[in-house]
Amino acid sequence: MLLTLIIALFVVATMAQVWTRWLGRNSFALVALAPAVAFGWALTLAPKISRGEHHTETYPWIPTLGVKLSFHIGLVQWLLMLVVTGIGALILLYCRWYFANIQTRTLGLLVAFAGAMVGLVTADDLVVLYVFWELTTVFSYLLIGHDSSRRANRAAAMTALIVTTFGGLAMLVGIVTLGLHADTFSLQTILSHPPTGAAVTVGALLMLVGALSKSALVPFHFWLPGAMAAPTPVSAYLHAATMVKAGVFLVAMLAPTFAGVPGWRVAVTLLGATTMIMGGWRALRQNDLKLLLAYGTVSQLGFITMLVGLGTKAGAQAGIAMLLAHALFKGTLFLALGVVDHSTGTRDLTKLSGVGRQLPVLAVLTGLAAASMAGLPPLFGFVAKEGALDALVKLTGGDGTGALPAPTVLLLAAVVLGSALTMAYSLRFWWGAFAPKPQVATTPVTHRPEIGFQIAPWLLGLASLVLGFLGGPLTRLLSGYVDAVPTGKQPHSLALWYGFTWPLMLSLVALGLGVLLFWFRSEVSQIQSTFPEVAAADEIYRRVMRMIDGIAVETTARTQRGSLASTLSIILSVFVLGVAGALVTRRNWPDELLVADSWAQAAVALLTCVAALNLMWVRGRVRAVLTVGATGYGTALLFLLHGAPDLALTQVLVETASVLIFLLVMRSLPKYFTDRPLHSSRWWRLLLAVAVGATVTTAIMVAASSRTHDPVSKGLETVAYEFGYGKNIVNVILVDTRAWDTLGELTVLVAAATGVAALIFLRARVTERRHGGRRRVGRDSTGGWLRGTVSLNPGSRSLIFEVTTRLLFGIMMIASIHLLIAGHNSPGGGFAGGLVAGLALVVRYLAAGAAELEEAAPIDAGRLLGAGLLVAIATALVPAFFGGRIFQSYHITIGWPDVPRVGSLHLVSSTAFDIGVYLIVVGMVLDVVRSLGAGIDQQASDQKTPLPLPDSTTAVPASARADSTGGSR
Amino acid sequence: MTSSLALAVTAGVLIAAGVYLLTERSLTRILMGVLVMSNGVNLLFLVAMGRAGRPAIIGSTDPEAMSDPLPQAMVLTAIVITMAVSAFVVTMAYRSFQLNGNDEVSDDVEDARIRALAERDDVSDSYEDIKFSDTGEDVVSE
Repeated sequence: MLLTLIIALFVVATMAQVWTRWLGRNSFALVALAPAVAFGWALTLAPKISRGEHHTETYPWIPTLGVKLSFHIGLVQWLLMLVVTGIGALILLYCRWYFANIQTRTLGLLVAFAGAMVGLVTADDLVVLYVFWELTTVFSYLLIGHDSSRRANRAAAMTALIVTTFGGLAMLVGIVTLGLHADTFSLQTILSHPPTGAAVTVGALLMLVGALSKSALVPFHFWLPGAMAAPTPVSAYLHAATMVKAGVFLVAMLAPTFAGVPGWRVAVTLLGATTMIMGGWRALRQNDLKLLLAYGTVSQLGFITMLVGLGTKAGAQAGIAMLLAHALFKGTLFLALGVVDHSTGTRDLTKLSGVGRQLPVLAVLTGLAAASMAGLPPLFGFVAKEGALDALVKLTGGDGTGALPAPTVLLLAAVVLGSALTMAYSLRFWWGAFAPKPQVATTPVTHRPEIGFQIAPWLLGLASLVLGFLGGPLTRLLSGYVDAVPTGKQPHSLALWYGFTWPLMLSLVALGLGVLLFWFRSEVSQIQSTFPEVAAADEIYRRVMRMIDGIAVETTARTQRGSLASTLSIILSVFVLGVAGALVTRRNWPDELLVADSWAQAAVALLTCVAALNLMWVRGRVRAVLTVGATGYGTALLFLLHGAPDLALTQVLVETASVLIFLLVMRSLPKYFTDRPLHSSRWWRLLLAVAVGATVTTAIMVAASSRTHDPVSKGLETVAYEFGYGKNIVNVILVDTRAWDTLGELTVLVAAATGVAALIFLRARVTERRHGGRRRVGRDSTGGWLRGTVSLNPGSRSLIFEVTTRLLFGIMMIASIHLLIAGHNSPGGGFAGGLVAGLALVVRYLAAGAAELEEAAPIDAGRLLGAGLLVAIATALVPAFFGGRIFQSYHITIGWPDVPRVGSLHLVSSTAFDIGVYLIVVGMVLDVVRSLGAGIDQQASDQKTPLPLPDSTTAVPASARADSTGGSR
Repeated sequence: MTSSLALAVTAGVLIAAGVYLLTERSLTRILMGVLVMSNGVNLLFLVAMGRAGRPAIIGSTDPEAMSDPLPQAMVLTAIVITMAVSAFVVTMAYRSFQLNGNDEVSDDVEDARIRALAERDDVSDSYEDIKFSDTGEDVVSE
């Protein structure tokens, strides 16, 4: 059920577009139902959880790595799930009024974030937990950077991403270390049977690094104030109530077991206390109320992490209570600030005045939340803080941790100071947002917030009050978690009053100090401004990032010279030095040498070499095309002599098609290549070429002779027929054994063909056809042998060619279909068949031009390509729907035993895949010939082709032609 | 396993011719280089197949005498991809003529820009410097 809920949240998120189209801004209220349902489901677990039991779910995921989709909801997970889903639903509802226009992206991301967060707090498998952990990082990045046109958003999003991902990676190393030593990734198992050793200590501390970065503790704190660039509901949800609590959650999970490892308590208390004081100190300096709250969050997170990280019973109880209290009051404060900002247009406390009188209910309920944050009775924040002070007072006596008295007293003093700062900035916030200020004119509330807009802060503010009186039941609820902590004395029950004790005294000291700090705020801010600016963590971060960027620029500048030839030369030189070097040092030359398999092979090889060498010096474009064709045909012959008829067939067809295509293009290009004087670089290139060629030849001979194993294809000669139902093994490999490869190749063909069409037509393939004045010739036209010839100039017609084409076309099409169907058992297949059909189309075009091509194939090439891809993918997927594997082959024999010459038709399902191949190859050739043939024809008649200059290797570009002839058209 | 030296040498020659043409500036010549080179590479697969054999078609011949079918399937894929890619490159050459009147592959302008950045010890465009002040200046706002 839990997994279904998480998936449902993601599904609702991906359908964001549907919701906003349908309901506009109201869609926020609709999708709020999704986390609300999850909240309701969590509530149904209440009896079970309060009995101290837990809810688990497990589904297999990656069995080979021991990774399972396993979830465990104990007490802490349950509370966090309630926070995540409950506040999530309220905040989505709030967004309905907060955003002035439709925010499809934010809506989708918020719901998806809720899903990831539920997964994060309930996951038991650490790998799954890590996946959700990083998902929340990514969603946070996207939400902070919601307006990518603004520098502040981009930089803040990037900072948050880099800092938290850095911590996340450290955590991943920790997870793997712990997982390998415990032999399981289950968090609960690791906690109940903890592994030991130095590696485990390092692993636990690395996970702590991840937690600290996520919860924005010093030295990672600086990303959180930056994250305030996100919209206020996002800041409230991610950067106050939930995501930043992920680190606290992880520490709360690990501390009972791992708080004893060396360095843990020192790190947690030192960093926690520093963060608490630094955050509070900086919050006092802010005029932007949102930044004030952000630094307040940093401060509180330091405090909470320190409490749960202590690993004592009292610390655990107080920490979880603080966590709940913080989620409630900070959610209220952010949302209330959003309302104020929305209705007055500012959140600068120097400009706000007298808003409280105009929004009295909001002011009072926000006051409750601020009081809870400050730790005033009878609010929940006070109860939690009393518990926290109690835990720290206990710690001064050791409390089972073996801590010395002096540092713990210091820690207690630090927390009292931090609480005083909290009191001061709580007052500053409420005063800043709502109080009338004598020297500032009353800020008008330009548009009165609707009730629905204020519901979320009202409810959360009230909850801070109500929970203050529920200390007893909450203590009983938390006892399940607190009792499981092995260290420390049993804490007091959470309550508003338990006599005149140390915690109460300290609370009073902190509150009094806080009031003083607020009262003398102008003096305090003067003292603050005298503090020198020191290079803090964010400065170090900026320097490191700048340095990395600088290194990247330097490296790129040194390695990328910008010339294709020099880059290739570097790559090839490395190849020669590396491979030839290895060959020379290893010296395992072949024992025997076979000059050639046959005389025929030697002869063809020689001719191919001559053609290739000739190609190097050829200057004419057409001659070059023909020469390269000669090497291709030579290669085809070598294939045939080697026992590869499929290759030979395909190579011949490809070579023919290529030569024809090239010639179509070459007709509008200059006759000769660029004629440059003999460069000295020519000799270097020649040397490099010889070196590469020699290295390749030697390396392949050595490699072939060193072979000791049987080819991997051994056994295919029986398997191909038993599982692939084909006799032509090469074809079976293409359409069955390695069909994934072929599918990948098909997409390359589609992409290349589309690229060709795009380069010629620049826009849609179809427009050129429809609006270019070329329509299909009517059925009633009498075009002689070929219908398309009517549109041709009689002088450019060739009757013999037309007659031959007319006769040949049908034969070629039949041959192509034969190759396609027979290909499974004898040479042929979809590639060869498709090429023959494509060539038949090329012939039609050559005989009678573009109109004839339309006649022959009155279909958009893009459709053929798409249909082919669809057929291929369908063949891959269909078996999966009938319980088979993807790409599994089936066969069926339709026999006519009585008709001897016809034989039986043996159909194999993978033939359908080959049909997809066929369609794509035909589509590709059609696309290419339509672009480079008909398309260039069209451009030629529009005078848009390049015009080769006489006796030159350059041409007049089309734009220059248009200028010079523009007047006449 | 012994393989034909003639094939290996032919492959080497084709690849050498390819390298020579590939380091040219004219895109058409570069394309010729790619084509002749890929023919050479395809021949390497023949060398990897071992000695010449009979077609790999079940029932037509003794399995021992068959040529290795796996490299053949790979080469078949390569041949058709080469065709598609070369059609694309030749169209690029055409387009280059259409726009500039030649098909020379010029030096990358972007690389020259990065060199200029490096000489100034500057950072790239992707680096964005921002400071979140704690005094209320440079307020990060929506």
